[in-house]
Amino acid sequence: MTSSGQSSRKLFEHELEERLDQLLFASPSHRSITRLATGLEPLSRARQDLVLHWAGVTAQTCAEIGHLIVSLAPKALDLLDADDFEAWVLAALDSYDRQGLRPAMESLRNLEAFATERSGAPFARLAEVEGRLTRFVQGLSGRPLAVRAGNAAWTDTDTIFLPELLAAMPDAEGNRRLYKAMAAHLWAQTRYGTFSADLDAALDRWPDRQRALAWLTLLEAVRLDSRIGAELPGLAAEMAELRGPWPEVLVPAVARLAAATATVRDSLDLVAEFVAAGGVPPRLTFAGTLDPAAARLVRAERIARETKVLRNALAALKSSGGRKQGGEPLLELVPTDEGGPAEFRVDGEVVTLPPEAQAAAQSLVQDLGELPPEVLTPAGPGGWAPTDRIDNTPEQISDRAADWRYDEWDYHRSAYRKGWCHVYEMQVAPGDADYVSEVSTRYRLLINQIRRRFEAVRGEDRVLGRQPEGEEIDLDAQVDAHIDRRSGIEPSPRLFCRRIRNERSMAAMFMVDMSGSTKGWVNDAERESLIMLCEAIEALGDDYAIYGFSGWTRTRCDIYRIKAFGDRYDETVRRRIAGIEAKDYTRMGVAIRHLTRLLAAQPVRHKLLVTLSDGRPDDFGDEYRGAYGIEDTRRALQEARRQGIRSYCVTIDRSGADYLKHMYGPAAYSVLDDVGKLPLKLADIYRRLTAN
Amino acid sequence: MDMLSPQLASIAEEPYYQAVGEEVGLFEAAAARRLPVLLKGPTGCGKTRFVEYMAWKLRRPLVTVACHDDLTTADLLGRYLIVGNETVWMDGPLTAAVRAGAICYLDEIVEARKDTTVVIHPLADSRRVLTVDKRGELLPAPDDFMLVISYNPGYQSILKEIKPSTRQRFVAMEFDYPAPELETQIVAAEGGVDLELAGKLVKLGELTRNLKGQGLDEGASTRLLVHAAQIVSAGRTPTEAANAAVARALTDDPDMTETLNDLVRAVF
Ligand SMILES: Nc1ncnc2c1ncn2[C@@H]1O[C@H](COP(=O)(O)OP(=O)(O)OP(=O)(O)O)[C@@H](O)[C@H]1O
Ligand SMILES: [Mg+2]
Repeated sequence: MTSSGQSSRKLFEHELEERLDQLLFASPSHRSITRLATGLEPLSRARQDLVLHWAGVTAQTCAEIGHLIVSLAPKALDLLDADDFEAWVLAALDSYDRQGLRPAMESLRNLEAFATERSGAPFARLAEVEGRLTRFVQGLSGRPLAVRAGNAAWTDTDTIFLPELLAAMPDAEGNRRLYKAMAAHLWAQTRYGTFSADLDAALDRWPDRQRALAWLTLLEAVRLDSRIGAELPGLAAEMAELRGPWPEVLVPAVARLAAATATVRDSLDLVAEFVAAGGVPPRLTFAGTLDPAAARLVRAERIARETKVLRNALAALKSSGGRKQGGEPLLELVPTDEGGPAEFRVDGEVVTLPPEAQAAAQSLVQDLGELPPEVLTPAGPGGWAPTDRIDNTPEQISDRAADWRYDEWDYHRSAYRKGWCHVYEMQVAPGDADYVSEVSTRYRLLINQIRRRFEAVRGEDRVLGRQPEGEEIDLDAQVDAHIDRRSGIEPSPRLFCRRIRNERSMAAMFMVDMSGSTKGWVNDAERESLIMLCEAIEALGDDYAIYGFSGWTRTRCDIYRIKAFGDRYDETVRRRIAGIEAKDYTRMGVAIRHLTRLLAAQPVRHKLLVTLSDGRPDDFGDEYRGAYGIEDTRRALQEARRQGIRSYCVTIDRSGADYLKHMYGPAAYSVLDDVGKLPLKLADIYRRLTAN
Repeated sequence: MDMLSPQLASIAEEPYYQAVGEEVGLFEAAAARRLPVLLKGPTGCGKTRFVEYMAWKLRRPLVTVACHDDLTTADLLGRYLIVGNETVWMDGPLTAAVRAGAICYLDEIVEARKDTTVVIHPLADSRRVLTVDKRGELLPAPDDFMLVISYNPGYQSILKEIKPSTRQRFVAMEFDYPAPELETQIVAAEGGVDLELAGKLVKLGELTRNLKGQGLDEGASTRLLVHAAQIVSAGRTPTEAANAAVARALTDDPDMTETLNDLVRAVF
């Protein structure tokens, strides 16, 4: 690195600004350049030159990276010397080349981690242990508990947050073990009822809330430690080794909290004693922190959601078990001996809940210790209520003529409205280039599993025995023929074996709901499952297409082409998948009709239409809402069936509405709240369609 | 023409079976009413053992057939063999079971070809007859004859299903891994270890079942836990035994193996 200027005077802000303007030619706004220049002004000339040099170099590759380097430079130069600064920049360029912009930006922002690494301190990074921790916690908990990077170690009961980097232990292995101990401890908070009391209210009793919270955190650590010890002694021993003996002040509390019956209330009682005693709470590395307010919200939401799932399942059981005329069926929850899951009984008979409801029940027991009686009140007939969006106005209606027109079924008239819906085929704006690779990395294990399942579907060549002709003689048949001849029966001429290739002739169309109501997790779920499906179906070699749909009234039904039949699963398609977003309304019938037509034209034997939606057909204005939309959708599926197309309708939702059964009547359908389940289900369907 | 039919003996010694629910009573009721039974449940949860136990209890011979996709009707019904200059009929296991009034257990019925499964249809409804068409024989089943089939609704058979016309002939009984204390007793008794170690193995089993569908096709079965216990009772350490009999038996994936090792370490 040499400085280029003749003089070694520091550059002033306006000079820096000018240079930066040239270097970062693609910079977003002038104002931000001024801010960048302000940041660089206090630096020495040598450092200013260093930064400008690298800003110029990186901006050749990507202006945004140059921009970020300049903005982080003052802080970076506090932590790094010139060599390390260079290494920091080069590492980012490297990850840009290999993985793209987002990882590169992330690598730059991980400045502290980078500095620690360069200083040679032995540490562990969450990124390297995240997958392992996630699977470990999944094994421990039996319900999903995500692991993500956060500012501190804490949990909201759905996600465990851990620091991005740990350096408390003297070596990297020690720090990895510390990660595990922290994760296990936070899992224990969700498993053994730390949040089962209203901690917020309880803590309000103390004027120094922070201190009370610190004591509570410690006392809970003591209590949870013995709960872990009782069930998972190996893990408890590992954690004890990391922490050493309990700090002296906590020792008096250990006996009470170690009792198997101790709850968070015992810890709260003890907080009173410790606060009164006035000591300073010691620090305990793996105990993390508690955020009772956040945890309470998440927990309450989960409990409400799962209660609903369970009640819906019970309602379904109730209505199907209606042998007795009149009178409410008696629903009971009978706990089996300790450990085993409780049994549900309807009128005294044990019934099996569907898996989602079982999972919900198990999770509720973890949260509440038992299932509260109100869970046993089945849900009423409560229907589906589309949210009103009258504040919206239609976007500009396209002035080109419709690409296609389709009839629509009007159940009031029991007749079609001719040419009622105007279909336009559109493009999806490409999304983030890295999204697909991120998702496929995140779900790598699952994708492997799905691939294996699809490979099983692909099937192998098989040998058919007793064929009239073939490349080999079937010995069994020969022997039989011989015997027949001897016993005077006319022998069968089917004496050969033939090897047959398992020819598949199949095309699938995926139809993705891009309506406004999918905004949020449903949209994520759709995109993630598409990625997993593509990965899996690629292995199968069948042709498939992906189209999105949304729209605004019958005169603007938009169909978005993401992957047409014959398109390859390439970068363009991947970016389009990433770009799938929630748009307007859901006029489902017309989308099914259009895509059915595309699919019907495929020269294959088996045709499968898979719809991914949130199961709420709805359009602007009242017309399509409710029964009309449901009936039209049902009709469209019937039409598809008549053209030899099998449909499979997937509703991504946490609880399925009751009209689904009617609407999807002509098709198979299922309600999923977990994208991971979809590809496995589909593998099953593929198999059933093509096995004969 | 001569005919050969294998001699079937009843099970002499009581097989160890730990009842987990109402299954024994139900099975007896089905037997008393001459109804066929369908057992479903994941692999290694005790279905085969249960049938052995019931055969002993009802004092009937047991014929077990492991179904596979090359199983032909002849394999079930029997075939002619050439012995010297003679053709001799040899009963297949199903025919032999019908003649002897035995329990015939068709394990993993979904694996069998559809055309094979249909031969059991007339046996499994009120007709209770077996048609051996090669011999032109219509064999009525004696009262003691009982048909039991099993299938595992888990991984393999997600791809395969029993046809409703087959399925609806059977009284269905659902099996699952036993509740923890029961499973502990089973592992201790079968594996020859104490209750404490058995309890830990059962705990490990539960943790692996939490990973089903999250990288594992199935969690550890009771069978695997029994195996681990047996290896301990043969002198290996619990960790060694669990890694060999459980972790490595469940997966080949290095990440998953690492996770299972973590869980093993947590339990012991
Ligand atoms: N209830 C039980 N009582 C006694 N032993 C049991 C019981 N359940 C499981 N086992 C043990 O588990 C082992 C596996 O059981 P079994 O072979 O009956 O499984 P399965 O359900 O037939 O499995 P698969 O579907 O793979 O054939 C048995 O050998 C036995 O040791
Ligand atoms: Mg078996």
